[in-house]
Amino acid sequence: MKIIILGAGQVGRTAAYHLAREEANDVTVVDLDEGLLRDLQDRIDIRTVQGNAASPRTLESAGARDADMIVALTNSDETNMVACHVAWTLFGTRTKIARIRSRDYTKYQKLFVSTDGVPEGVEPVPVGTAAGPLGFAVDMYLSPEQSVTSYIERLIRYPGALQIVDFAEGKVRLVGLKAIRGGALIGRPLRELKSHMRNSEARVAALYRKGESIEPEGDTEIRDGDEVFFVAATQDIRAVMKEMQKLEDPVKRVVIAGGGNIGFRLAQTLDEENQVKVIERDSKQARKIAAQLRNSVVLVGDAADEELLVEENIDSVDVFCALTNSEEANILSAMLAKRLGARRVMALISRPAYADLTAMGEIDVAIAPQTVTIGSLLAYVRRGDVVQVHSLRRGSAEAMETIAHGARGGKVVGRPIEDIKLPEGAKIVTIVRGDRVIMAHHDTVIENGDHVILFLSDRRHVEQVERLFQA
Amino acid sequence: MLAVVNVLGSMLMLFSVTYVLPMVTALIYRDGMLLDFVYAALLCLGVGALASRVTHRHRRELRSRDGFLLVTLAWVSMSATATVPLMLALPGLSFTDAFFETMSGLSTTGATVLTGLDTMAPSINMWRASLHWYGGMGIIVLAVAILPLLGVGGMQLYKAETPGPVKNEKLTPRITQTAKALWVVYFLITALCIIALRLAGMGWFDAVFHAFSTLSLGGFSNYDASIAHFDSLAIELVLVFFMLVSALNFSRHFIAWQQKSLRGYLRDVEAVAMLKLVGTGIAVVSLYVWLEGVYPDFFTTLRHTTFNLVSVATTCGYVTQDYAAWPVFAPMVILMLSCYTCNTGSTGGGIKMFRTLVLYRQAVRELWLIVHPQAVTPVKIRRQVVANQVVFAVLAFVVLYFGTVVTLTFVLLASGLDLVSAFTAIIATINNTGPGLGVVGPASNFQGLTDFQTWICSLAMLLGRLEIFSVLVLLTPAYWRK
Repeated sequence: MKIIILGAGQVGRTAAYHLAREEANDVTVVDLDEGLLRDLQDRIDIRTVQGNAASPRTLESAGARDADMIVALTNSDETNMVACHVAWTLFGTRTKIARIRSRDYTKYQKLFVSTDGVPEGVEPVPVGTAAGPLGFAVDMYLSPEQSVTSYIERLIRYPGALQIVDFAEGKVRLVGLKAIRGGALIGRPLRELKSHMRNSEARVAALYRKGESIEPEGDTEIRDGDEVFFVAATQDIRAVMKEMQKLEDPVKRVVIAGGGNIGFRLAQTLDEENQVKVIERDSKQARKIAAQLRNSVVLVGDAADEELLVEENIDSVDVFCALTNSEEANILSAMLAKRLGARRVMALISRPAYADLTAMGEIDVAIAPQTVTIGSLLAYVRRGDVVQVHSLRRGSAEAMETIAHGARGGKVVGRPIEDIKLPEGAKIVTIVRGDRVIMAHHDTVIENGDHVILFLSDRRHVEQVERLFQA
Repeated sequence: MLAVVNVLGSMLMLFSVTYVLPMVTALIYRDGMLLDFVYAALLCLGVGALASRVTHRHRRELRSRDGFLLVTLAWVSMSATATVPLMLALPGLSFTDAFFETMSGLSTTGATVLTGLDTMAPSINMWRASLHWYGGMGIIVLAVAILPLLGVGGMQLYKAETPGPVKNEKLTPRITQTAKALWVVYFLITALCIIALRLAGMGWFDAVFHAFSTLSLGGFSNYDASIAHFDSLAIELVLVFFMLVSALNFSRHFIAWQQKSLRGYLRDVEAVAMLKLVGTGIAVVSLYVWLEGVYPDFFTTLRHTTFNLVSVATTCGYVTQDYAAWPVFAPMVILMLSCYTCNTGSTGGGIKMFRTLVLYRQAVRELWLIVHPQAVTPVKIRRQVVANQVVFAVLAFVVLYFGTVVTLTFVLLASGLDLVSAFTAIIATINNTGPGLGVVGPASNFQGLTDFQTWICSLAMLLGRLEIFSVLVLLTPAYWRK
């Protein structure tokens, strides 16, 4: 697929990296900054074009004429919307994805018109004529800040979880956590999980002990310190977590370091139910967000200032989130907060190398913003019926949701799970049929239209799985 | 280092495939060389397999600085292995001369130390021509197109081998596709050239040979008398046309083919400047030669000037006349043109027209700044501003280029060569042109040089083909520091 990515910022670079890694994609990146482009081209096999992303001339020289997809990820909502619209109107680009951060735009669904239904070969109709799209021709929009915020919010609502991702519109969740002594299942074989839980079911998708993957069987024993990934219906999550660790008290006091885009959004969401303190360095920005928050306390200062933290009773804080733009500052302030007695600390860390460094250290949860946002984009790019893709364990493993299609007797539909030839390391974990969540057993038969949730311990097999489900 | 050798091994294995063409020739013409080429190919394959086998453990993704070492090593080792068939076929040939001949082939210089080409086995001649052809678009670019193992490292290799100052522009998102596109265009134009030469009156073998040699702007011929052997105006015109085509940027050809329009050429400042320069050169030199009364009539003068000037200026190096015997102004102009004429991304050598334009505009800018000290005057080419960084890189290149010419000329002088021969031998080899003046003039060849002088010329060819930086960077201590 020929893909044009507009904007070589944090998100654009990650998207380029992920998309170019797949053999079938030809990626061109557009940005204003030539230095950034040169650097990017030295690292990944892509073409780069320097220029204004929304200008028809730039788009044309980037190959918009025969591009299959445009992903507008610049830091300006307006540029992104205009670029998508220009691409559709002038070049008839089929798929257009825009990054739109401002709620002001996304509130009005009418502003965006998907051109998905327009048959191939039909000339794009300009806006204004009755048949044309009466809005911006954007097929899908992403709001990385919003996804990261709700991701963090979920982590705060389930203290103890390292990673929580949604499937089937939130009916099913995959949770990653560390098993800690005190959970009912620690030191016991996995099959007992069933007897512990009367009315509900859960499935352990993967188990990592000291960084090594272990195949979870019925008699596998869960030990203290294991990293466990399980899938369960959303309402059962808490019950399963209780099996793996002593259930922590719900979070009350939250300190957010950094009152930028993400920090402010998070403060807004938690404003009502929690006691929130936001530490922001810039007094102007601090005043701005203080005006919009009702209950939260906004403090002007440095998040790595020991005295400030002590003064604000850091030792009784339930969660400390370091969400500034500088990941180094996030790491350091989170470590400091932990040392000073914060119960649980999270830090926004985008460089995989940093995330690895802190994985086993004092920081409880390292949040990689790009893996959170890239999932829905990847799902859209991978043709076929992939609904969701989430990368896990810093990109080495992957969980995906795909729709099974076809008549009975195909490669997937109508077969019990044990008969489906999955590539190595791939496992069907759960099936969502209509509103029902079915945990996968070896004899569960897959039907047409089922949403199948798979866990892949090796992301190189993704394409094989896709091909399998395409039939 | 060892990781580089590993990739080098696979490249040598790939290179051994190129021995198939002379093998086929040997089969068709039954010249008795078939087994020699089979042995040579097996040797090349064996060395490559051994190299990649021994270093298999060190295999890893290439880093950007590995590219330079790999490209230089590849060129030297391919030239070295390519000598085997020559030495088997011509028992009297020394390794020095054989290496000169293959380096001259791969670097598309076209200078030769061999005589009796007319009676040589056709397969040996085909081998010389095919070396030209692979070297023209670049054997490494071919490897990037075919070998998948290179990945992003491919871009670095491509940069190290492709001539020109601006190398970040890819034609397609994937480097392998860009390399493939260039080779496809190159192949198609070669096919056209073969047909045109056949229609102009050459036999099939000669047509293929000279198409290879023309498209790569090499200049080998399978006749001692070069193109004068044919004495045909039609052939000369076809060759002039294709030499000019090959001196243009092949990316331009690809875009023209894709857009099915020739308008791109007219908008290409570099192409237009080249045609203007060549046109002016022909006018001035033929007028001068005519006034000096070398040839009886103007038409003959124009014909000989046009062919020899285009041939040398585009760094091809065919000759039809002993232009060294013309009054010295003419051959000097012709030879100096070879420094500037070829475009970026062509198969020719020299400083390249783009750099010349940048330098020229930079010089004008400095003059302008003396008059208007406050003026803002960016250097522009194709209506686009050339970054100062590029201007500096071009300046550095030209300094290194002329520095190399001067140094190597002095080395040849010290070894006992006369001034004209020494200077023109270096100009002719560093520009990958072929014939110089004096002992190495169009009427003779490089046979008269001593072994030492031959090696210096081989070095100049390598430096010229890889545009100096790629080779010289290996001589800096910083490159080898961990």
